[in-house]
Amino acid sequence: MIPAIFDYVRPSSLSDAVAALREADEEGKVIAGGQSLLPLLRLRLAYPEVLVDVSGLPELRGVRDDGDSLLIGAMTTHYEVIRDPLIQAHAPLLAAATATVADPAVRHRGTIGGSLAHADPAGDLPAVALAMDGVFVTSAREIPARDFFTDYLTSALEPDEILLGVRLPKAYTGWGFHYEKFHRTAQAWAVVGVACLVRRTNGEVAEARVGLTNMGPTPVRAYAVETAVADGPASRQAFQAAAQDAPDGTSPPSDLHGSAEYRRHLAQVLTARALAAAAGA
Amino acid sequence: MSEIAPEAVAEQVTPSAPDATAEVGRARRRTEDARLITGRTNWTDNIQLPGMLHVAFLRSPISHARIARIDADAARARPGVIAVLTGADLAGEQGSLPCAWPVTEDMVLPDHPPVAVDEVRYVGEPVAVVVARDRYAAVDALEAVDVDYEALPAVVDMERAIEEGADLVHAGEGTNKSYTWVFEAGDLDAAFRDAPVVIERRYVQQRLIPTAMEPRAVVCSAVGDEYTLWSATQIPHILRLMLATVTGIPEHRLRVIAPDVGGGFGSKLQVYGEEVVCLLLARRLGRPVKWTESRSEGNMAVHHGRDQIQRLSLAADRDGRIRGLKVDLLADMGAYLMLVTPGIPLLGAFMFNGIYKMDAYSFTCTGVFTNKTPTDAYRGAGRPEATFAIERLMDELANELGLDPLDVRRRNWIRHEEFPYDTIAGLTYDSGNYEAATEKALRLFEYDKLRAEQADRRDRGDPVQLGIGVSTFTEMCGLAPSRVLGSLSYGAGGWEHASVRVLPSGKVEVVTGSSAHGQGHETAWAQIAADRLGVPFEDVRVLHGDTGISPKGMDTYGSRSLAVGGVALFNACDKVIDKARRMAAHLLEADEGDIEFSGGSFAVKGVPGQARTLQEVALAAFAAHDLPKGFEPSLDSEATHDPENFSFPHGTHLCAAEVDTETGFVRIRSYVAVDDVGKVVNPLIVEGQVHGGLAQGIAQALYEEAVYDEDGNLTTTTMADYLVPSAADLPTFTTDRTETPATTNPLGVKGVGEAGTIASTPAVVNAIVDALRPYGVDDVPMPCTPERVWRALTAVRRGSAPPGGAPGPGAGGGLGSTEGTPGPGAGSGLGSAGGAA
Ligand SMILES: Cc1cc2nc3c(=O)[nH]c(=O)nc-3n(C[C@H](O)[C@H](O)[C@H](O)COP(=O)(O)OP(=O)(O)OC[C@H]3O[C@@H](n4cnc5c(N)ncnc54)[C@H](O)[C@@H]3O)c2cc1C
Repeated sequence: MIPAIFDYVRPSSLSDAVAALREADEEGKVIAGGQSLLPLLRLRLAYPEVLVDVSGLPELRGVRDDGDSLLIGAMTTHYEVIRDPLIQAHAPLLAAATATVADPAVRHRGTIGGSLAHADPAGDLPAVALAMDGVFVTSAREIPARDFFTDYLTSALEPDEILLGVRLPKAYTGWGFHYEKFHRTAQAWAVVGVACLVRRTNGEVAEARVGLTNMGPTPVRAYAVETAVADGPASRQAFQAAAQDAPDGTSPPSDLHGSAEYRRHLAQVLTARALAAAAGA
Repeated sequence: MSEIAPEAVAEQVTPSAPDATAEVGRARRRTEDARLITGRTNWTDNIQLPGMLHVAFLRSPISHARIARIDADAARARPGVIAVLTGADLAGEQGSLPCAWPVTEDMVLPDHPPVAVDEVRYVGEPVAVVVARDRYAAVDALEAVDVDYEALPAVVDMERAIEEGADLVHAGEGTNKSYTWVFEAGDLDAAFRDAPVVIERRYVQQRLIPTAMEPRAVVCSAVGDEYTLWSATQIPHILRLMLATVTGIPEHRLRVIAPDVGGGFGSKLQVYGEEVVCLLLARRLGRPVKWTESRSEGNMAVHHGRDQIQRLSLAADRDGRIRGLKVDLLADMGAYLMLVTPGIPLLGAFMFNGIYKMDAYSFTCTGVFTNKTPTDAYRGAGRPEATFAIERLMDELANELGLDPLDVRRRNWIRHEEFPYDTIAGLTYDSGNYEAATEKALRLFEYDKLRAEQADRRDRGDPVQLGIGVSTFTEMCGLAPSRVLGSLSYGAGGWEHASVRVLPSGKVEVVTGSSAHGQGHETAWAQIAADRLGVPFEDVRVLHGDTGISPKGMDTYGSRSLAVGGVALFNACDKVIDKARRMAAHLLEADEGDIEFSGGSFAVKGVPGQARTLQEVALAAFAAHDLPKGFEPSLDSEATHDPENFSFPHGTHLCAAEVDTETGFVRIRSYVAVDDVGKVVNPLIVEGQVHGGLAQGIAQALYEEAVYDEDGNLTTTTMADYLVPSAADLPTFTTDRTETPATTNPLGVKGVGEAGTIASTPAVVNAIVDALRPYGVDDVPMPCTPERVWRALTAVRRGSAPPGGAPGPGAGGGLGSTEGTPGPGAGSGLGSAGGAA
């Protein structure tokens, strides 16, 4: 299909962009790579009056070393994320998950900011940001990841708020990592995904972080699993036992690609696999 | 059972080494591809005509409803809108869309207006049409058309639809049954009486959505009383006749052009309402119009494929010999009968027996109306369904008897020395060699090695199990001998036409009635003509797909182009040579009987140096200064070929699939396809057809399904929900050929367009079931999604305990066999990402 009529602006300063959104009075929408927004417009599931293109804003560009954290600009494309040396050094989990997104054409256009702001629980990056306790830096404030994803396709961003980037702590540098994506075809979205970080000491698991993709209206942290594996053996048996808790507190959807029951089962199997891969077990 | 040394069998059918100078047999790259792939060509949507208006269709969002009222005033008032027409506005001129295949005399054939008038019967059925100055204005105006629907009960389930008192799709017809068609041969009762083994199964052929790369598009112009309609169609010739019949526009005033067409797979073998409406609009408005569909629109409104419920009973002896087969089908017609809707399942009627001998066979098919998109031809059309059934049953029989699936097949198949063979279904298979194709496939596949690995995984209780699937298929294609079509009440014949024009410069134009839409005719036809006429490949141009240029044809479907249209070309070339020989004899002052033609040159027998090339003869004929007595000054010739029989390609396909028993994920590890398509004109094109066919057949096994909810809403309208696999999801295919030439055409060719699709679906499902057999699983419904595989396992786990040695619930540690497979696709093919990419 083709979209309904809309206006388009491409401001070159952040203040102009915010002003344009404010002026649109909730009928405006930020557009970054357009890879999620344009399909919605084309299917006429969204009717914004103005698209505010943020690709001209310098504040949204680049990956910066900020001491304790990396600040990844919202306009950084998936393609750039996968290849960025700072991200590879300090957040390889993000690069690994991003490499599973869609296909090369989408990865060259789609951005990390758009993926996160879109707040699709089936998207691969929200669970990573959540697992890594990322902080969302916006034109107005900073929002911790656990407060950012509020509902299905809904974030804490106000209609006139622009995401500048996401701050990922360097605390996970050197941790074992793995993103386990289960999808039916190479280009399909995750039925379930598991983002996992493991810190090992003396052959044991010291601590772990586990984020789940598509196990509810928002990405979910599997805290029960994290607790169960902490200070335990890095064995497949232990991971399998701990992974039984993965579906706790989730409310996965039932759709064409899997029922809620199946997703709960998958969460267990995939979490065990992700933990094992991240721990090198 | 007679055993023949495999090597001896294989030698007879090894593809002939190509003659270095010959065009036929050469793996030429397709000359049309550069323009098709870059899109700098005549796709219908690329056509721009002066003053052209744009058309959009408002489609029903409800599967079954009465149209109480349509208010289009607001839409008409929108900027840029030229006209908004409802079904009622068009009622006087739109007619009813044709069905050319009344399969029984009492078939129920409901009226099918291109735009619904009082009732809608499927989601996606047109209810109004907007014409505007541009496409945006047209699509925007759709939202301003206000329709009041009074919902009627939706008929969604075929089995319930034929129960007494069921809600009706067409209330006026009093039934949801369109027809029941029966075929019987041999004494079925005798075959089943006291049969030591009877296998009974119910298989579902899910509904599929043909997904051509190019969506449908139509452009139509009216100049005076001359109409030209461009359409992304497979059938310009049939379409022209049908449009003339439906609209009353005289056939000779209507020209239909299929410009470059980006795939069809049967979906463009249709007379669509949109085509009729565009023609009517051009006539009403006196201006050219264009309509191009969107993908999500197409998913609802392009006819669908498959959708059958099969009840099957097979009787056999203890040694595995088949005694009889009973097939009882319900075939979903959808809401209306379109061009060949009712006949599609019947194309399978002659194929359920496959390559096997048996004493008795019975086939019954009931066509059922439902409130869904109409079904019709989709790659293979009836034959994939039949092949699936028999090839799945052969595996079930093998399992029942504790035999290797290949042994059961060997005990039943027609042996190569038995050809030509009259089958139980009444066809005569002219040629084939199932032994040779199978032996070759087994060698390429490393069958024994994979069986050993399978046994090992079973012993270890590996959570990733290996299954091996066999499909030894044949198909009837090259549609079709006209007398056979007549006996099946089909509305037309099955001939094909070709003409050859030798231009004064000696260049050659080949005109074919086959209508290529991605198959590579422009290359293959030029190869045939170049060889036959002895002219360079580059000197031949192939014209097609335009009733103004190629006035006669039966178009492209049913793997018929080469086996029927290629033969017509071959015959037309021979007529050119006959004429040219006479002319050459005259020029050389020799007796016609002394003229020898070879390598494009006519020479006098035994007189070296005395020769004329075809080009010289063509120029002389053009000048016409000096002609033989009574000779018409032209070498141009034409031929219409009606095949004496179908062609019967066959092959052996072997699939090895890894099944992750924890997630249900299936990964195809290796796939071997050895096909026998007779003589080959261009091996590269054959290879391409096999690859694409395999992808489509595997897609039915694993990925694709048109899903309707209980209210009749199609839920798979986008490609995020209707999963079409890409190369990334498919293994590297191993393909090879054996070659038993067809004996019923001079080229020795059989069709190849559908072979891969027909063969591969059962090979994949057989592999999955084979992997899970030790758990007690004997079927997984298609598509075998991970969840369905997991559920099949869960169901048997909840039931009885698995047999000894097989991994039980939760056995194996639950992590899959991920050893030594780094990065994406860790063992179970899950595309997991370890480490930075
Ligand atoms: C075929 C296909 C397959 C895909 N498969 C996957 C997949 O497997 N996994 C996956 O994770 N994703 C997938 N995607 C989505 C892809 O990752 C998108 O790139 C991403 O979701 C959106 O990024 P974008 O820059 O294109 O954002 P846009 O589409 O431009 O915007 C998306 C949303 O975010 C908002 N937005 C964007 N930037 C900002 C900002 N700076 N501040 C505030 N709001 C903002 C927009 O207003 C909009 O609501 C797929 C997309 C396609 C087309």
